[in-house]
Amino acid sequence: MSDATETTDEIETDEVEEVEAPAPDPGVEITVNGQSLHATPGRMLIDACEDAGVYIPRFCYHPRMTPVGMCRMCLVEVDTGRGPALQPSCMLTVSPGMTVETESDATKKAQDGVLELLLINHPLDCPVCDKGGECPLQDQTMSYGPGESRFVEEKRHFEKPIPISENVYLDRERCILCDRCTRFAKEVAGDPLIHFIERGNNTEVNTFPDDPFASHFSGNTVQICPVGALTAKPYRFKARPWDLIEIESTYPNAMGDRVTVQASRNEILRYQGVDSDAVNWGWLADRDRFSFEATMANTRLGDPLVRGNALGSPDPDGSELVSTTWSAALGQAAEALAAARAAGGPTSIGVIGGARLTNESQYAWAKLAKGIIGTDNVDAQLGDGIPADVVAAMPRATIDQACAPGGTVVLISGDPKEELGTLYLRLRHACENDDVTLIELTPNETGLSRHATQSMRVLPGELGVVADAIVSGQPGADIGLSTNGDLATAHAAVTAAENLTVIVGRTSLAEHAALTVEAINAFARIDGVRFLSALRRGNVHGAIDLGLAPGLLPGRTALASARNWFGDAWQTLPLDTGLDTAGMLQAAATGRIDVLVLLGSDPLRDFADPELARAALAGAGTVIAVDCFINDSIAVGADIVLPAAAFGETAGSHTNLESRITPIRPLVTPPGTARADWMIAAELAFRMGEDLGFESVEAITDEIASVSALHGAATAQAIDQAHDGIIADGAAIAQAPQFVWTDLGAPESAIPVDSYSYRLVIDRTMYDSGTQTAACQSLAPLAADGAVRLNPGDAGRLGVVDGVTVRISSKRASVEGPVIVDERISRGVAAIAHNHPGLDARSLVDREQTITDVRVETL
Amino acid sequence: MVEKIVTRRFDNLNAHEIAEYEASGGYQALRAMLTRTPAEIHDEVRNASLLGRGGAGFPAGVKWGFCPPGVWPRYLVVNGDESEPGTYKDRQLLERDPHQIIEGCLIACYAVGLTQCFLYIRGEMAHAQERVAQALNEAYAAGYVGKNILGTDFSVDIVLHWGAGAYIVGEETALIESLEGNRGMPRLKPPFFPAAVGLYGQPTIVNNVETLANLPWIIERGADDFTAMGAENSKGTRVFAVSGHVNNPGVFEVEFGVTTFRDIIEGSDYAGGVRNGKKLKAFIPGGASAIWFFEEHLDLPLEKVAVDQAGSMLGSGAIVVMDEDTDMVRACHNIVRFFARESCGKCTPCREGTTWLERILSRIIAGHGRPSDLSLLTEVCENISPGMAWPPRMTTICPLGPSAVSPIASVIDRYRNEFDSYITLSDRSVIEVSAAGMNA
Amino acid sequence: MARLNETSMRIANDILGRYPVRKSALIPLLHLAQEQDGWVSEEAMAHIAELIGITPAEVLGTCSFYEMFKRSPVGEYRINICHGISCHLVGAEDLIEHAEHTLGVRAGSITDDGKISFEGVECIAACTEAPCLQVNYRYRNNVTTDDFDELVEGIRNGSVAVPPHGTLAATRQLIPEDKAAGNAMVDDPTPPAWWPAPQPEEGSANG
Ligand SMILES: Cc1cc2nc3c(=O)[nH]c(=O)nc-3n(C[C@H](O)[C@H](O)[C@H](O)COP(=O)(O)O)c2cc1C
Ligand code: SF4
Ligand code: FES
Repeated sequence: MSDATETTDEIETDEVEEVEAPAPDPGVEITVNGQSLHATPGRMLIDACEDAGVYIPRFCYHPRMTPVGMCRMCLVEVDTGRGPALQPSCMLTVSPGMTVETESDATKKAQDGVLELLLINHPLDCPVCDKGGECPLQDQTMSYGPGESRFVEEKRHFEKPIPISENVYLDRERCILCDRCTRFAKEVAGDPLIHFIERGNNTEVNTFPDDPFASHFSGNTVQICPVGALTAKPYRFKARPWDLIEIESTYPNAMGDRVTVQASRNEILRYQGVDSDAVNWGWLADRDRFSFEATMANTRLGDPLVRGNALGSPDPDGSELVSTTWSAALGQAAEALAAARAAGGPTSIGVIGGARLTNESQYAWAKLAKGIIGTDNVDAQLGDGIPADVVAAMPRATIDQACAPGGTVVLISGDPKEELGTLYLRLRHACENDDVTLIELTPNETGLSRHATQSMRVLPGELGVVADAIVSGQPGADIGLSTNGDLATAHAAVTAAENLTVIVGRTSLAEHAALTVEAINAFARIDGVRFLSALRRGNVHGAIDLGLAPGLLPGRTALASARNWFGDAWQTLPLDTGLDTAGMLQAAATGRIDVLVLLGSDPLRDFADPELARAALAGAGTVIAVDCFINDSIAVGADIVLPAAAFGETAGSHTNLESRITPIRPLVTPPGTARADWMIAAELAFRMGEDLGFESVEAITDEIASVSALHGAATAQAIDQAHDGIIADGAAIAQAPQFVWTDLGAPESAIPVDSYSYRLVIDRTMYDSGTQTAACQSLAPLAADGAVRLNPGDAGRLGVVDGVTVRISSKRASVEGPVIVDERISRGVAAIAHNHPGLDARSLVDREQTITDVRVETL
Repeated sequence: MVEKIVTRRFDNLNAHEIAEYEASGGYQALRAMLTRTPAEIHDEVRNASLLGRGGAGFPAGVKWGFCPPGVWPRYLVVNGDESEPGTYKDRQLLERDPHQIIEGCLIACYAVGLTQCFLYIRGEMAHAQERVAQALNEAYAAGYVGKNILGTDFSVDIVLHWGAGAYIVGEETALIESLEGNRGMPRLKPPFFPAAVGLYGQPTIVNNVETLANLPWIIERGADDFTAMGAENSKGTRVFAVSGHVNNPGVFEVEFGVTTFRDIIEGSDYAGGVRNGKKLKAFIPGGASAIWFFEEHLDLPLEKVAVDQAGSMLGSGAIVVMDEDTDMVRACHNIVRFFARESCGKCTPCREGTTWLERILSRIIAGHGRPSDLSLLTEVCENISPGMAWPPRMTTICPLGPSAVSPIASVIDRYRNEFDSYITLSDRSVIEVSAAGMNA
Repeated sequence: MARLNETSMRIANDILGRYPVRKSALIPLLHLAQEQDGWVSEEAMAHIAELIGITPAEVLGTCSFYEMFKRSPVGEYRINICHGISCHLVGAEDLIEHAEHTLGVRAGSITDDGKISFEGVECIAACTEAPCLQVNYRYRNNVTTDDFDELVEGIRNGSVAVPPHGTLAATRQLIPEDKAAGNAMVDDPTPPAWWPAPQPEEGSANG
């Protein structure tokens, strides 16, 4: 793809946006309480009234789900020419000339009646209910309800709260049967594991016996329950709503889910999803919703640590990590950096990590590393992503563009349901409700397979060929599990698509990133195609855009092409393109890198080659870690640990996978003396006798906007005020990086095909042993023990059933673990999820090879 | 003697067998129909002004016309869920003359372009299921149903479907939900009537068993013969089941508008008068949902408009007669209990309100009534059905909830003394104690 | 109790084939499970969920809505005494009271020998034959207390010819393969073969 085409694309995009800009629409004229107003055609009456400032009470209606008209609370008197009649405003779209009375006697009487009826069986336990103080039922009762109950019969009784999942409790006595949680489970999450049971006055919500509501999204039901029937274990009885302070922020996952952070007495107690049209629609994945427990964990680092002895005294050769002062730790770190630079030059320093950081902290660290120290050995990805120059060069789609009605989406990534929860919800909705054609190119079934128009199984190693065949319409020699028929249909779909988005991430850690790049190259040949990155690590897109990647400077600017221009803004620049994480680890292991900075990273756990990571930690002269927790790599190899402030404690901004920049705002103070990552960078610069040149987050944000064309519109003020954030527009970059991946040649020929040979897929699940999840007491137990998942047919051939231990061996190593038989796994594939207790498949992988073939044998 | 339409074979106890059915002119309408165009058949039915016999009384030919043009496939769902207390006609039609229903289905399918038919029969009617299954098996074998019926292009499968016990499933949108394998909870309409968006989201005609039973006769004899019978606004005949305190309870097919309630309740050809020489106290004119009638309504003709104007409805064709000894509070409770037990649970007023009404009434009967209970009953009724009149001004999706109000609305003023005497005799202390307990 | 056995599965597949959308077979399949075991077990519900491709919770949601499905074992013979309005007027309550006496159990429970369970039910559509009842959904009309005693006697000594609880219709519908018109699939928009070709104005409505 040439620059020229890219520019044209962007212009087209602009035009589309202009067309979409709301033309002054006369709308539908309706009369509400005597006032005439214009409503958007097709709008529900209840929403149209709310737009106009007239709030109609409701319990069952939720704007993100199909209206059911169950609770009857929203009844209002409506006259459409046939005389006034009570109608549920949640099920009525506005029509011209409609006259609505939301305050008339008949309306009031109907609403009062419904309220009284809802209350007859509702326990009066508001004082001990989690929802007390933020309960619509309580509020309605206060403002409209009858004073005293005339219901003298005994109330409906149920056994007190029952756990319906690991983290959600259901109190059926409080339930008003609004169908919100059950609709959410079915319509939004696609996990209809809770349901109305029984009939009439005996109706209750429940699960099937011993089949819990094990949904990655169960926590959303707690948020949307209009009463206190559903409560979240991590929040139960923790606080009263009126004690909470809150602030709107951006959850630092790759989706950049919009959230409200709530705290009481300097303790974060809850995250609630914010209904952002452009992003998460109010939803959150449980892993994120309940992750505040990690922030509040007592394992958080509060003080700097250095190597020391068993008595707690600093000692560079000691085996322990002992507390020290900031000035001692920073002094030691700055000294190590300065010494390394002096001795081995800037390239003897490397920085691994940074995806956890805010945009501002990322910029500060990029400036420290590249603009002051002068090393380009900086990488926020740990070899499990896509080369940063490729990501930087892809023409990007927004989530809304990908999900727009009638569009076509090609999915090449890990299972979004496991890795990018709210993106999964958006895509699922798009397929189910907006006729989006989804073509899935994944090794195994994903959570979206049922919704895919075409779900094609692509074995590791064949992604490039299959993508090429789909784009060209010419099937190559080896198209894996796909049939020619599939390819022809897919070819027709992608070439005819008016709005084509390729969602791209890594389908397997055991497959070389080159294959993903081949697929990107193939699809990039289609005119007008846009990509949506499915990289999953925190603020990794910010990291790439702000230069925490080899060869890139802030603003998706290639180091090579921006030397003069950036040289003015920064005092120095690296001479050559630096090493990626693998390269740095290799260099550290062989003594070429002396100081390794772990910027919120844990190569021992996260890098595909744990042996190399171990050798690197041992080989580096000094390992400086900036983190919130002690992770494995720190425990084993860090010499200096600088405690960082976490989400909820820092200010700044975040870049999500569609390059949307939204604000991150602090609500509580960090533990101990932990501080923001950018401050740590600034202190280190200062102690190296340099100056990063900023003293506040806003100053950094504005500096970014001034040096990076990509961020030109994203000033501190603009970010703070923009409703749905600011998209970092790739069109603003004068010189977009080019990407080419040198052809790696055909994948290594497979080992002889017999019933023991499988192709290895290492994928990810929502709950694993990652540092954050492990620090959440409610989530840690959800990480299942490691296992190898096999197709039932393969398991049958091997003669194994669930739980049987097998040996999995590659040319490199051999591991053992239990089998899980799973029909979602393709035949011939052995799938092992990364980072689960008891089974680490990484040592099987040879990173130089495109794929990893293994033998699975019974013991 | 009036000419019978749908019950014309009831004298023949073997009419359910295909040979008998054919011998008595069966499947001739089908043959005749196949020589005409679907539009002609539709017109014939439209001209016959055949009112739906399921309760709402909507003209079948008009309803058929609501299918959006060009949208396929379209389905026919036969409503054989008959569960309204007092109603006993569809089961008889299904058991005694099942081929007539099958032929009716074929006519509807042909005329409207319905390509598959589901015959939804109430689950508790095992015998009707057997008879219909047998008839369908015979009809398939004879080539009347299935692929290329009688060698023509006309193909349609009729699938016998079992209900499983839920009155609400008789409501047409709940029927569709149920047929889709869901809980039988009604869908809100408008905006979507089943004829536009029904089964699986496709245009769907829902017709009652008796409605369809009329079709073979209409096609055989023509719309004019049909409209020659009946009243200005209700053409043809109607099957009424008269039950309760009468000498000769039974199912009678009568011409609309000609016969009066007095005729059918007291006439010797019909129910033969209140039994044991007692006097009439009240009667329900159209199933448990209907507002009750009394003495003064006896001379109303059995005809839709007259009954509607008198504030009730002919509904499902069920006339239930109560003699002078009837305990109105208990009778009222009996019907309210029915609706409380049968509420689907979707709408708050129906789910909570009907149960509350039932509990107040059973408390009154149990001797724990309180003077304030009568106004409480009225107010709860008002919450479910503002104005307590028929047709109801609803706070609910379907009329089941408001139906529970009908018996109370019918008797609470007229027979207030009966309620009062329960309450006067009641032992209120019991409830006072439990009420105190509730408030604590 | 169990998943559907081989015989049931053959019928189940036949039933599943009759609907354009599999979930429509849910109620008939629950009847089938009840016919097999006399009641609907959790295993059967889970099995049906698999057959249809929905969750067991959805099966339970539907199953528990309907009166006829029993989710715990019931008597081999279930007597449903109608207490609808027509039967009420002519003595249903007395009949129920009599039944409680005769059987020695309260309405809604099972006799000690597990043979009979009985309950008062809503109108069973035999109003002109009131008071009436059903034994496993087979009618008994104009039932006197003597009739009732005779019935119980007959059940106990095996002379009542009624299939055990769960058996719905002794005759099943069979759609011969060569005669079947085939399901009208939701995504097949072709007009029926007998439908006249569209009028020109209908055909040109492309806008
Ligand atoms: C609560 C309720 C129960 C109903 N029960 C039945 C029924 O058992 N049988 C029936 O045919 N119609 C019943 N109906 C009427 C149906 O909704 C529908 O109007 C009818 O089946 C249409 O057929 P028709 O036009 O041929 O009358 C019921 C309606 C309501 C609201
Ligand atoms: S009125 Fe009652 S039966 Fe009808 S839909 Fe509402 S809750 Fe269900
Ligand atoms: S909000 Fe409209 S009925 Fe519940």
